Amino acid sequence: MIQGTKSINRRRINDRIMFGLLVLSTVVVMTPLLIIIGYVVINGFNALSIDFFTQELGSPARAMQGRPTGLMHTMLGTIVVDFMALIIAVPIGIGAGIMLSEYPDHKLNPVLRIMNDTLNGMPAILKGMLAFVLVVKPMGTFSGLAGGVALAFVMIPIVARTTESALMAIPWAIREAGLAIGLPRWRVVLSTVMPAAKTGLVTGVLIAFARAAGEAAPLVFTSFGNNYMPRNWTGMIWGPVDTLPQRLYSLAISPYKEWHTMGWAAGIVLLTFVIILFVAARLLTRKKNS
Amino acid sequence: MDNKNQKASRNISSIPLKAIYRWLGDRIFLVVAFFLGLSIILLALGMALVLYQEGSLSFKEFGFFGFMRGSTWDPGVTLTFGALPFIFGTVVTSVFALAIAFFPALAIAIFLAEYAPRWIGGVIENLVNLIAAIPSVVVGIWGIFVFAPWMREKVYMPLWSWSSENAPALEPILGNPIGYGMTTATIILALMIIPFITALAKDAMRQVPKEQREAAYGLGATRWEVIRMAVIPYARGGIMAGAILALGRAIGETMAVAMLIGNKNTFPFSIFGPAATMPSVIINEFREAVGNLHLSSLMAIGFILFIISLAVNLLAAYITRKISITGGKIL
Repeated sequence: MIQGTKSINRRRINDRIMFGLLVLSTVVVMTPLLIIIGYVVINGFNALSIDFFTQELGSPARAMQGRPTGLMHTMLGTIVVDFMALIIAVPIGIGAGIMLSEYPDHKLNPVLRIMNDTLNGMPAILKGMLAFVLVVKPMGTFSGLAGGVALAFVMIPIVARTTESALMAIPWAIREAGLAIGLPRWRVVLSTVMPAAKTGLVTGVLIAFARAAGEAAPLVFTSFGNNYMPRNWTGMIWGPVDTLPQRLYSLAISPYKEWHTMGWAAGIVLLTFVIILFVAARLLTRKKNS
Repeated sequence: MDNKNQKASRNISSIPLKAIYRWLGDRIFLVVAFFLGLSIILLALGMALVLYQEGSLSFKEFGFFGFMRGSTWDPGVTLTFGALPFIFGTVVTSVFALAIAFFPALAIAIFLAEYAPRWIGGVIENLVNLIAAIPSVVVGIWGIFVFAPWMREKVYMPLWSWSSENAPALEPILGNPIGYGMTTATIILALMIIPFITALAKDAMRQVPKEQREAAYGLGATRWEVIRMAVIPYARGGIMAGAILALGRAIGETMAVAMLIGNKNTFPFSIFGPAATMPSVIINEFREAVGNLHLSSLMAIGFILFIISLAVNLLAAYITRKISITGGKIL
């Protein structure tokens, strides 16, 4: 009897200790996160200036002599490269997603699903190497196009997966209704299933885009980077072009103090961009669920 | 006039047109979807093929296993390449990162799934997802300018000067306390993989049926005992799959590691001192690789990285399918 009460007390204490440990580790993990965000926001805002958005980077001497430099060409390059990635990845990803969800018995699908997960699990740097061999080597030059292809490799498996689950969420009854009124199968998919799954599709593309937009590893040896604005905008497609994540990396490992400061500014712009995409995706999901 | 003509022509050819519209449309649609799906398969296969092909020069020169065993990496003079330091660096950093991250991540998952009231849970969940959303270069720049110097001043230097006074034998093991090295990279990696473990573990725990918990409560278990004996065993498939996927992330993580590990290409590595991983050596040397053999060796490292990532991913998929009772799903 006495032993019993002792044991229940010990168990209660154990219960309390474990709860304390759970809360403690949650706090321990959250702290560095808040510190990182705090540093990026404070240092980043201090480093931002009008020049940052309106000038090109130029040589290190330019920053050290205090002449105006900025990353306008980098931001434009990021938009061009990300947009190219989007154009390449969305049709392939959505097509594969349609394949997976609308033709569930097709012989291709078991293989496709495994290969898609494999591709998704591969480190982004390998996707950059693949784009290097497929695009940079034949073209003979680093280019924005190669960077777009590399980022597309990052996005494709994510879009395929989110498309599949968005389309699967639409009840089969809707497809059957479409078929029953005499629509051919492709019209059923394009005119009833995909509009119904619109929010899910857009969310998936946004998530994939956000993931790709933060990647630097595939860009370092595909779009390579460029301290200057290309002479005309096609130079951003066919020639080496700057992108924010890759420029941030170059600035951070450079030996110049002025460039380090600029790196923080690039950091806050990149972080804001990515977080806006994620928040947009999240808000869309919430709207769909409510 | 025009309208009438159209109507007439449609009437005449309505049957074949409709058949074409249905039959051909469906065919074309399937073929297009098929080829878009096929392109993903080709991409995955092509990645393995291309990396092997491009690395074949190096594999031929040193032999496949010889390349993996070789511990010299000298692109300058002798042109000898071996991947062992990088394989070692990758395995050590990612395994230790997982070891550091696993229990805190699991704790957050338990807290979210079992304890947290809705609004706190929502806030913490969003914050954890935020860690996953921060681009790794942004984590890297914080690591370079804030975390690594702080670790050097507050942790490495005191430990190092302590060891040089009291235990000089430890010095080569601890290594040069410059701040950029294995320990720094491992800690940052651990932070970066926590959300993957948490997300999957939490999903798996939320799928545990209520009856499972109620039965344990009915036997007089405390809340922690319910979690330990009824919830965690039930969700172990999802928890393990999350851990292994996180390991895969850690293996492939490039930028933050390359910025913090100090990039030393030769053994011996030490605890605080610089080292290198497979992705970090690729990102550092790929642009500057001049010789064919150097480039090919980097591609060969890419191929080994592919094989390791593939193995880790297949293991995670296997675990989700076989061990999990709940069939926990992968994000």
